[in-house]
Amino acid sequence: MSSASSTTSGAAKPAGSTRAKPANKWEQAADWTDGRLGIYSLAKANLRKIFPDHWSFMLGEICLYTFVIIILTGVYLTLFFKPSMGEVIYDGSYIPLKGIPMSEAYASTVDISFEVRGGLLVRQIHHWAALVFVAAMLVHMMRVFFTGAFRKPREINWVFGFLLLVLGMFDGFFGYSLPDDLLSGTGIRFMEGAILAVPLVGTYIQMFLFGGEFPGHDIVPRFFTIHVLLIPGIMLGLLVAHLILVFYHKHTQWAGPGKTEKNVVGMPLMPVYMAKAGGFFFLVFGLIAAVSAIATINPIWAYGPYRPDQVSTDAQPDWYMGFSEGLIRVMPGWEIGLWGHTLNLGVFVPLMIFPLVLVAIAVYPFIESWVTGDKREHHILDRPRNAPVRTALGAAWISLYLVLLVGGGNDLFATHLHLSINDITYFVRVGFFVVPVLTFIATKRWCLGLQRRDKEKVLHGRETGVIKRLPHGEFIEVHAQLPQADLHKLTSHEQPPVFELPAETDENGVAAKAGLIPRTRAKLSRGFYGEGSRIPKPTAEEHHEITSGHGHH
Amino acid sequence: MSHDMSEEKLPESHGSAGHHEVAAHGDPFADPGLPAHQPRRTDIDERAAQRAERQVSLMFVVSMLATVGFIASYVAIDPDKIVYIFPLGHVSALNFALGMTLGVALFCIGAGAVHWARTLMSDHEIPAERHPIEADDEVRADVIEQFRTGAAESGFGRRKMIRNTLIGSMALVPLSGVVLLRDLGPLPEDKLEHTGWREATDVKPLQLINMNTNQPMKAEDVIVGSLTFAMPEGLSTHDEDFQQQIAKDALMLVRIAPEDIKDTESREKGFEGILAYSKICTHVGCPISLYEQQTHHALCPCHQSTFDLADGARVIFGPAGHPLPQLKITTDEKGFLVATGDFDEPVGPSYWERAR
Repeated sequence: MSSASSTTSGAAKPAGSTRAKPANKWEQAADWTDGRLGIYSLAKANLRKIFPDHWSFMLGEICLYTFVIIILTGVYLTLFFKPSMGEVIYDGSYIPLKGIPMSEAYASTVDISFEVRGGLLVRQIHHWAALVFVAAMLVHMMRVFFTGAFRKPREINWVFGFLLLVLGMFDGFFGYSLPDDLLSGTGIRFMEGAILAVPLVGTYIQMFLFGGEFPGHDIVPRFFTIHVLLIPGIMLGLLVAHLILVFYHKHTQWAGPGKTEKNVVGMPLMPVYMAKAGGFFFLVFGLIAAVSAIATINPIWAYGPYRPDQVSTDAQPDWYMGFSEGLIRVMPGWEIGLWGHTLNLGVFVPLMIFPLVLVAIAVYPFIESWVTGDKREHHILDRPRNAPVRTALGAAWISLYLVLLVGGGNDLFATHLHLSINDITYFVRVGFFVVPVLTFIATKRWCLGLQRRDKEKVLHGRETGVIKRLPHGEFIEVHAQLPQADLHKLTSHEQPPVFELPAETDENGVAAKAGLIPRTRAKLSRGFYGEGSRIPKPTAEEHHEITSGHGHH
Repeated sequence: MSHDMSEEKLPESHGSAGHHEVAAHGDPFADPGLPAHQPRRTDIDERAAQRAERQVSLMFVVSMLATVGFIASYVAIDPDKIVYIFPLGHVSALNFALGMTLGVALFCIGAGAVHWARTLMSDHEIPAERHPIEADDEVRADVIEQFRTGAAESGFGRRKMIRNTLIGSMALVPLSGVVLLRDLGPLPEDKLEHTGWREATDVKPLQLINMNTNQPMKAEDVIVGSLTFAMPEGLSTHDEDFQQQIAKDALMLVRIAPEDIKDTESREKGFEGILAYSKICTHVGCPISLYEQQTHHALCPCHQSTFDLADGARVIFGPAGHPLPQLKITTDEKGFLVATGDFDEPVGPSYWERAR
């Protein structure tokens, strides 16, 4: 309003900015943003960042995308869900439940399913995405494990990923506890029993968690806060850290021509991976939406509201909690009386084995690097066959998981396969100890067989299917030499030396026995890399001798 | 497939064939380096490229149509409408229509983008260098030196009293957070030891109310081989704390021919062969609901703990650690089944303070 202070018109650029004039308004907007956020420096490193290509890298993407889907649908559900255990009499459109007393939590979940248009779909997408999320995390983790991608510098990211898996499992548990249907209430009752089995403090934790005796009025609102705020918040932080580390470390890659520990070969983020990865999000979302339209999951209206004195048969947790259910089902009911107290081993032992089964896999990278003494960075992946002991340990772990899953679903196995539930339980009790050992042995032998086949291929070439008759009448199959790229790929893996204990006597001839820890390490190292655990790689001399062609074929 | 693909456009004719193998000097396993780029059909055949472009666009158009279909379904379809769709059976029409249209709309965007990337965007592989994560020795020495300077300036190592009291205060302060959790719930006291049946006394016994009929029961109402569920008189499903009460009070009644009852103490607690056991499993507290009348075995469907009701509800299979508690019952002057006291041990799962 007052006199304008700007006097210069069409003046030269103000001093200090030497930047070239932007070519268009997009560049202008980018310049503006760069002046405040420094986006050019950020983009310089990342816009054409190289991603190696392998189908198994999709597994981690599925985890990320299902997590996003879960958050999107979860926010929608909170708009309609009432996390309250206040009692109401149902009077909605689902006739079989009319007039039945139930909690507001259950009633609002039924309403989401039948009154809110699209509510059922979003509920189904939320639950299906959660199942796929946990499954994808597990399979993604297997990929990382069996290829040795967890080795230095990626051990911390392995631990982050492990925490995401555990938190995902627990958030799933809290999530399906919220609707307060008959199945979810049974799950919470199981949790109460497990907490009560904790010595000394169990009853106190139970009273504080439930706000009094089971079930009380507090558990659903409390679980709601944990399910939508506490755990997802922690997971979001871990996820961001996980992805930052993936970017920082760059992807691992398979061995192959032109691929080394010092480079990463692939295609750039923009445009190929933006389109592929961005597009893949929509593929995952689209598929889960379609599955949710077709396949019903967790039909809480069929279970009915929770009543502590009622239960349905084949009460099952979601599959990812199945192994803990297996532990609790097959453990014998041991109780010990101690000076007027009860130590409920039948529940407490499974409660303690549960984290051990999980943690065993979390600490593996540190154990392996200690045994092997390998402190170098690794960016080239191992083929699972070339690390037989690791592969066998992973397979043994999976077999343990599956055995316990059979234990957790013993009622379904019994009814569907017409078996005695007692026999299944006895099988799982024995199988818990035996099956992982057998799996370990079988897998290791399988790996060694595959190594032998690789060696055979390198030295004798590929079978062509062409039969040649020699002058003296013998028939032989003609083998073709592998291309050099394949020879390189099949022979580029390392076969590190076994860790040996230092000599038993020092230079003065005085006996110096190694301590228990180095001796354990040497023994384990022999187990990892010793003669029984690998087939020596073909050498250039062997290859030369055979291919020089004097009577060999 | 290849009728519109002219022969002269095949890669061989372009002279970009195959590997350019490095002569191996003595080492047959040497890394031959990155293989030459293999052109795709869309790289060399403009017609194929144009077809791919049309395919991508078609997918995006299908997505647009599906989104319109989603909105139309939302508006047009009644939420209560049920349709039969083979092989799914009877499903909610709205849920099916919304899910399929949303699925197609999202999937086609993804499929279009991926197809675009795979056929039309460059597929030249590019190597990028990696750098070690670890800093070099110079940086390391510099940082350690700077940290030492900072630490020395703070006097943290020298002023031990400050250091120790700081550690002490930091160790104690989280306790406030733990203490704040105290009011989450009451103390256990003896809450887990008693049930609603404690109200029953010899003078004023409590009737057993049939859970199905909501009526008191006479002995003749319980027939041999049946399983009946009961709750204490005075408890109603409309009570504010019904859930909490029934979680402990739930009873199951069986009638077994007295000569078949193996446990004499158990027989004496019953009335003419009618035995009243807690319905709450002693494993983790699920309600027991499966009964096999031939063997008098009761099975918890959650974790398959199996109890022999003819033998003091002893555990004969599964993970439960001790028998089901039994409630002593008799009849009142009108002939109704009643309890005259509480269970003589806590019902449900065991816990540390539970006396054995």
